[in-house]
Amino acid sequence: MVLVLLALLLILADLNWPRMRDARSYLSLAVTPLQWLADVPGRVADDLSDLLVDRSTLLKENEQLKSEQLLLERRVQQVAALTAENIRLRELLEGKRRVQDEVMLAELIGVNPDPFLHQVLLNRGTEDGAFVGQAVLDAGGVSGQVIATTHYTSRVMLITDARHAIPVEINRNGFRAIALGKGTYEEIELEHVPDTADVREGDLLITSGLGGRFPRGYPVAVVTGVLRDPGKPFSMVTAKPTARLDKSRHLLLVKTPPSQRAEVAGTVSGAGDE
Amino acid sequence: MSEARPGGFLIIFGTFLVGLVLSQLPLPDTFEWGRPEWVPMILIYWVLALPHRVGLGMAWMFGLALDLLKGSPLGLNALSLTLIAFLTLLIHQRLRMFPLWKQALMVMVLVGINQLTFHWMQAIAGNARDSFMFMLPSLVSALLWPWVFVLLRSIRRTFRVT
Repeated sequence: MVLVLLALLLILADLNWPRMRDARSYLSLAVTPLQWLADVPGRVADDLSDLLVDRSTLLKENEQLKSEQLLLERRVQQVAALTAENIRLRELLEGKRRVQDEVMLAELIGVNPDPFLHQVLLNRGTEDGAFVGQAVLDAGGVSGQVIATTHYTSRVMLITDARHAIPVEINRNGFRAIALGKGTYEEIELEHVPDTADVREGDLLITSGLGGRFPRGYPVAVVTGVLRDPGKPFSMVTAKPTARLDKSRHLLLVKTPPSQRAEVAGTVSGAGDE
Repeated sequence: MSEARPGGFLIIFGTFLVGLVLSQLPLPDTFEWGRPEWVPMILIYWVLALPHRVGLGMAWMFGLALDLLKGSPLGLNALSLTLIAFLTLLIHQRLRMFPLWKQALMVMVLVGINQLTFHWMQAIAGNARDSFMFMLPSLVSALLWPWVFVLLRSIRRTFRVT
């Protein structure tokens, strides 16, 4: 009975006392090896399939990657010019310059076994500079944010988790909304979109940067359905995340903390070019 | 108890560690809901076989480890595992006499209680659950029980853990 009481106390403390976070991260050191261990079979399977792949497949893949790289490089050439132009225009308008976000590569080492939660575990912790509230991206767009850290791992809540919300705007016209996770990997939902709002199927939703947690301008989702029901106060807008949430193994942690982002943006208007 | 070897503890500890790792192993989406609850099953076995060595304390400790692994509020699994360890202790003498399939039924009930406590407390903690699919693991665990039982028993006999 003492144990039950102890457990109850611990639950209460963990829920209501922020300093339990530190205790938790120290305790987690003990189970971190187990988390690594659980990842080993998948890793070995990956390595094996790398070993066993035949030459022609590799050559084909290599060729495909090369052509992809060429296409991307062409796009980057323009990006440099566009960035410079953007900075010039913003300076003309005496606006604040946007900072290039620095990122850190992280690898997925685990998925939360609880099917109600969309959480993954990354192999970067406080030792590497991860922090709670950090935005997480993958090749396709925003995947989520860090909600807990230990010394060597961090837990990420994906944008499709039923408890997650992310401020977005429509790339086409700047209409702002909040996208909520629904607990399925395929879909997120825009909340409180008036019937008169200009939302169309196929619109790209990007982070609006409001709220200060996610950096501005990263793709989040593509609108897949707009349902305007006259009987309901708001229209139902569903979207499909652009990040490959249940597939990508390599993720990016945005290094610039939200506070610094604002700060740099605030002081940069007079400073010279980097 | 008198002939308990020092190695016996390591064996018990080891099986629990394996259970913890298994509970973290990634599964394909289709099986995600039916993930067997390894740690409760292993706990039930040891409490059943060696009630004088594995009890509430051990249940609590490994529950805490499970919480750390799952990222659930600390103490949640500790609570539910202590609870089923207690229930198993209460009925372990009867449970030992049961044939395997009857034991499996009891395991289903016990793991079910574990699941209910865990998810109920999670809901109180603010992680809302919107389907009863979380009871599926208790069925899967029951189906796996005969194999787990036989495997753990042979481990116990090979290493003469008493």
